[in-house]
Amino acid sequence: MREAFDQWNFVIAAYAVGVIGTALMIAWAWLTMRRAEQRRDESRKR
Amino acid sequence: MHGFANPARFLRLARWLTPLCLLPGIAIAAVALAYGLIWAPADRLMGDTVRILFLHVPAAWLGMAGWMTIAGASVTELVWRHPLAAIAARAAAVPGAVFTALCLATGSIWGRPTWGTWWVWDGRLTSMLVLLFLYFGYIALSDVARRDGGNGRVAAIFGIVGAINVPIINRSVVWWNSLHQPPSITMGKSAIDAAFLWPLLAAAFGFTLIFAGVVLMRMRAILAEAQAEARLRRKAFAADEAAEAFGGFA
Repeated sequence: MREAFDQWNFVIAAYAVGVIGTALMIAWAWLTMRRAEQRRDESRKR
Repeated sequence: MHGFANPARFLRLARWLTPLCLLPGIAIAAVALAYGLIWAPADRLMGDTVRILFLHVPAAWLGMAGWMTIAGASVTELVWRHPLAAIAARAAAVPGAVFTALCLATGSIWGRPTWGTWWVWDGRLTSMLVLLFLYFGYIALSDVARRDGGNGRVAAIFGIVGAINVPIINRSVVWWNSLHQPPSITMGKSAIDAAFLWPLLAAAFGFTLIFAGVVLMRMRAILAEAQAEARLRRKAFAADEAAEAFGGFA
């Protein structure tokens, strides 16, 4: 018996995984960079 | 290349380059993905699932390019002792691992409606999974080297040796029987229709700019952490010296 797939469900799932994964990676890299640079600037002031 | 060995000079350039890579990268990738989702025609055989191509192929390319960045930077570190090479290699590891994981995830989602299965242990999929495990090993090794104050030579050698997996991934669909299709884009010719090829190249370019922007942000973070740690260590050392001097007078 042949399974019936709605191909769009797979397309949307793949796009969601790809876009959310990339966005999280950019946000994480930006936040860790900002925190590290703030820590460095604070260590200069102390 | 040694002109950028000075961290201050590199940071000046990186501050300028980071938004220059990241913002156009996000814009180009967004337009290419929107084209793939909305305007790209359905494929004769794969139907609408062909739209996953615009995410899956750039992720696969950047998973492999990420490891080649690690290998190239590791050679530069070991041979020319470039001070920023180890930082560049460490910075490429997490984005490379993320794109490898995205390639595996989107490939698995694509496999279910086209092959009838989420996963097969064939050459292409298995060698890509091995690449993800290599990234985990490299991240762990370089973290241990940094924490213990080592020089990261073991991680650099691991980065170079691990590069053997990249040509295996590339040739796996030629060497072994696979559900995965053979290469569609080779040097000088392409089996892909122009309606898919140009948006695919645009998506790959956009995601490559995003990758470069993330690597630059990681390099800035690693350099800032090292500078903060060095400064705090110097201050603690100076305070110890002062305490000892006062102790000597008492």
